Amino acid sequence: MQVISNSYTMFKRCLTTSLRNPETIGTAIFIPAIVMWLFGILFGNVMDVGDYNYIDFIVPGIILQTVAQAVTAAAIGVNNDMQKGIIDRFRSMDISKSSVLTGHVLSAIVRNMIATIVVIGVAFAIGFRPQAGFLDWLIIAGVLILYMLAITWIAVICGLIAKTPESAGTMPFLLFVLPYISSGFVPVETMPKALKWFAENQPMTPIIDTLRALMLNQPLGNNLLLSLVWSAGIIAVAFTIAVQIYKNKTS
Amino acid sequence: MENIISVSNLKKSFKNLEVLKGVSFDIKKGSIFALLGSNGAGKTTAVRILATLSKPNSGSAAICGYDVVKQADEVRGCISLTGQFAAVDESLTGRENLQLIGKLRRLPNTNQRADELLAAFDLEDSAKRLAKTYSGGMRRRLDIAMSLMGSEKERQVIFLDEPTTGLDPQNRIAMWEMVKNLATDGATVFLTTQYLEEAEYLADKIAILHEGKIIAEGTLDELRKIYPPAKKEYVEIQPTLEEIFLKIVGCDVPGAPQSAKESE
Repeated sequence: MQVISNSYTMFKRCLTTSLRNPETIGTAIFIPAIVMWLFGILFGNVMDVGDYNYIDFIVPGIILQTVAQAVTAAAIGVNNDMQKGIIDRFRSMDISKSSVLTGHVLSAIVRNMIATIVVIGVAFAIGFRPQAGFLDWLIIAGVLILYMLAITWIAVICGLIAKTPESAGTMPFLLFVLPYISSGFVPVETMPKALKWFAENQPMTPIIDTLRALMLNQPLGNNLLLSLVWSAGIIAVAFTIAVQIYKNKTS
Repeated sequence: MENIISVSNLKKSFKNLEVLKGVSFDIKKGSIFALLGSNGAGKTTAVRILATLSKPNSGSAAICGYDVVKQADEVRGCISLTGQFAAVDESLTGRENLQLIGKLRRLPNTNQRADELLAAFDLEDSAKRLAKTYSGGMRRRLDIAMSLMGSEKERQVIFLDEPTTGLDPQNRIAMWEMVKNLATDGATVFLTTQYLEEAEYLADKIAILHEGKIIAEGTLDELRKIYPPAKKEYVEIQPTLEEIFLKIVGCDVPGAPQSAKESE
C-alpha cells in the first residue's frame, strides 16, 4: 500500500529531524514540569480539592498541557515544510498526499510519549503517588495516544494556515490554557456559572476525569466512553480539514 | 520525433494580474527546451502549471500524453521538478535526502542509486554532512540529484527552473555539462533561464517569453534567420572577465562556450 509506505518514510524523516533538534522535546518537558512544581508545591498546601492530594489531582491536567506543548513542534514543522521548496517537490511527485502530514503527526506522537513519560517521572519525584495497576496504565496510554492524535491534527491545521513558523508555534498555546478551564486544576463546581458550563462540556474534562479515575482508583462513570468519542471525533474532523487545506494549496 | 510536451493557449492570472496570456509550444522527446525571459516574465508560473503545482485558468497542457489538470497523478509519475528554491531537507544529510526521495518513490535499489548520484554530482565527500552546512552550489547539485532519484519513467521529463541562478562560473559550466548529459541519456529537459548564453549553449529549441506571451520560438539557427542578420566587422576579441577568471583559477572546462562563438 502506497499510503502506508509513504507515511512510514515521512514518519522516519520527521523523527530523524526531530531527534536532531532535541530542544523541542526539552521545552515540552520543562514548561509543564515548572507549572506542576508551581501548582503542586507552591500552591499545593492552600488548595483544597477534597480527599485528594493536590499534586495527585493536577497530574492529568499537567499531562494534557505537556501534550499541548509538545505539539507546537508539529505545527512549526508542518509550517516550515509549507514555506520551503521541499513541499513543491513532494507535491510534484506521485505519492500519497496525506503522507506528508501523517509523517509529522506520527513523529509528534513519539515526541509526545517521551515528554509525557518524563513528566510523569518528574511528578513522581515531587510526590505524585498513583494507585493504578498495569491494566489501568494500558488504558491510560490508549486514551492519551488517541488524545495526542486529535491534538496533533489540530496542530497540523495551525501549521497549514499560519503565515510564519513563529505564528504556527504560538497558535496551539490555546490548547495549553484550556486545561485550566476544565476539571484539571480546580473542581468544576467551584467555578463561576459561565466557566462552569464551558468546563463541564469541553472534551478535556472527561479525558482528565478518566485519567484521574484510573490513576487514583476511583469510579470511571461514562468518562472513558466520552473521552474516546471526543478524541475520535476530533481526529476525524481535523484530519479531513487538514488534508483538504493541504490539497487546496495546489491551486 | 514525437512531442512529449504540448502546451496550447495556456492562460493564468493571479487576482487582476495576467501572468500568462495564451502560451503555446511543443517539445520533442529527448530534446533540451529553454524558456527564456526576464524576471517576472511568467517562466516559473509556466513551470508550476506543467509540474501540476498550479492550475491554469484556461488552455491545456499535456505531458507524456496525460493532461496536467485532469490526470495530474499520471503526469507526476513521469516528471521530476527542480524548482527555483532548493528543495532539500536541511536537517537531513545529503545521502538521507536522496534516500528519502528513493523510498518515497519506492525505488528498488535506493542505496545503489544514491551512491551513483552522489558520485555523479561530486557530493561523495559531503554525503554524511547535514544539507544546512552545504554551500549554494552543493545544495543546488543535491537538489538536482534528488530530482533524478527515480525510475527511468519518473525522469522522462526534467524541469529545471533557473538551475544556474546564483551559481559561480565553475559550477554554472559544470551544470551545463550535466544538463547536456541528461539529454544524451534520453531525458527531455525543460529549462528556464534569464541568461541568453545559457539558452544558446544548451537548448535545441528556445522560446522567448515576454510579458506573458511567447514572442519568438525556434532553434537558435531559426531565430538567427528571423532577426537582423549578423554584420561583418573586424573586431579585436578581448577576453571576457569570465575567461580571465577561469584561466586564473585554473578551471578549463572542455566544451565551455568560446568567446569567438559568442561574438558572432
